[in-house]
Amino acid sequence: MEYKAISVTQLNMYIKNKLAEDEKLMNVLVKGEISNFKHHYTGHLYFTLKDENSLIKCIMFKSFAQNLKFEPKDGMKILLFGSVSVFERDGVYQIYGKSMQEDGMGDLYRAYEELKNKLQNEGLFNVEHKKKIPIMPKCIGVLTSNTGAVIRDIINVSTRRNPNVYIKLYPVPVQGVGAAEKIVEAIKYMNENKQADVLIIGRGGGSLEDLWPFNEEIVARAIYDSQIPIISAVGHETDFTIADFVADLRAPTPSAAAELAVPNIQDIMLKLDGYKTRYRLALKKKIEFMKMRYEKCMTRRVFKEPLQSINEKYIVIDMKVKSLINSIQLKLKDSRTKAIELITKLDSMSPLKTLSRGYSIVSSDNGKVISSVKDIVKDEDINLKFIDGNAKAKIL
Amino acid sequence: MEELNFEQAMEELEKIATELENGKLTLDESVEKFEKGMKLSKKCSEYLDNAEKKITVLIKTDENMEEDDFTI
Repeated sequence: MEYKAISVTQLNMYIKNKLAEDEKLMNVLVKGEISNFKHHYTGHLYFTLKDENSLIKCIMFKSFAQNLKFEPKDGMKILLFGSVSVFERDGVYQIYGKSMQEDGMGDLYRAYEELKNKLQNEGLFNVEHKKKIPIMPKCIGVLTSNTGAVIRDIINVSTRRNPNVYIKLYPVPVQGVGAAEKIVEAIKYMNENKQADVLIIGRGGGSLEDLWPFNEEIVARAIYDSQIPIISAVGHETDFTIADFVADLRAPTPSAAAELAVPNIQDIMLKLDGYKTRYRLALKKKIEFMKMRYEKCMTRRVFKEPLQSINEKYIVIDMKVKSLINSIQLKLKDSRTKAIELITKLDSMSPLKTLSRGYSIVSSDNGKVISSVKDIVKDEDINLKFIDGNAKAKIL
Repeated sequence: MEELNFEQAMEELEKIATELENGKLTLDESVEKFEKGMKLSKKCSEYLDNAEKKITVLIKTDENMEEDDFTI
């Protein structure tokens, strides 16, 4: 039997093609423990996956690695999904990973999804319930670990934006058993004692298990019940915890939370100065406008010769008075003539005038005028009135 | 400023600016608003100037809480 020699390259290429033909190897889910983990500066991940008896080389390229929700490290038990192929140069077969999950996290994921759905249906994530973050909080309460980068980042960013910021740290454990209870206690304490105007609740990135306290129902409800507005800053930008959904505002990172909670004092100062300028300009404009109106008024005749109009009015008044006097005098004259006429008429009708013509008035003793012969009785005393005196008489 | 918090003061400042700028006020009213606005913005500035840097930590002691200075 004669063998035809082939090159190493040809052999590796042959094996690679053989493996590529196998559909099962195109999509495999492998569980194992990470070792020799290396995060290359190019962003690719190189590691070995092993169990008690065996190991296999693995690589995950940057495009997949950047979607990971946790930081893989040596000793971690994981589920790796990918395809098996040959790296021809080294003649090794390895897993080309596409995604990775922490082993045993399946239950946590399920619990997370269930709680998320439950609270969402209850309305805990509703936008209407979200409180406004005050623009100028007097005191910023921070609930996080008193060691580590989170509090340091928050202090750094806050003091840069407002050198006179007031930050109050309530240290809480941010992972592990009992952390959730401590976080709840802190939220309640801050509320009951009105310790801050806004709260930041945060921690750095970590595995789903690390972030778990922020996925617990008691924490979610404490955030929901808080009267103080809460900004959540849990994990990395890609980590979404239940706390993030319930919080009034979600910050992608603790630094971002500080930016959202602390106003940039320079901006506020500029704004205040801006108002002062606006007021000055507006008032100046108003005064100029009034001045213009005044000047326009002053060009009118009435202001130029103010007495003119008064004098004109005087003339009218004088004329009116004169005509008034005239009409009164006329009326007086009229009335006088009429009075004389009436007096003359009255005089002519006077009984005294009749007496002077020789008539006399007969009256009884009781003074009653007797105008009929029927009214007299024999021997009655009567009175006679003449023009120049009275006399008594007796009826015969 | 005693009765207004910072948010309300800023809102008031904006309101005064708008009222002054639309020019419908009498001159007396304008002057009054101008003075009010200037006073308010001064108070806001003072509030910012007088704020004191405080970074504290709450420490639980038996049944009490104590507030201490915090340094990283």
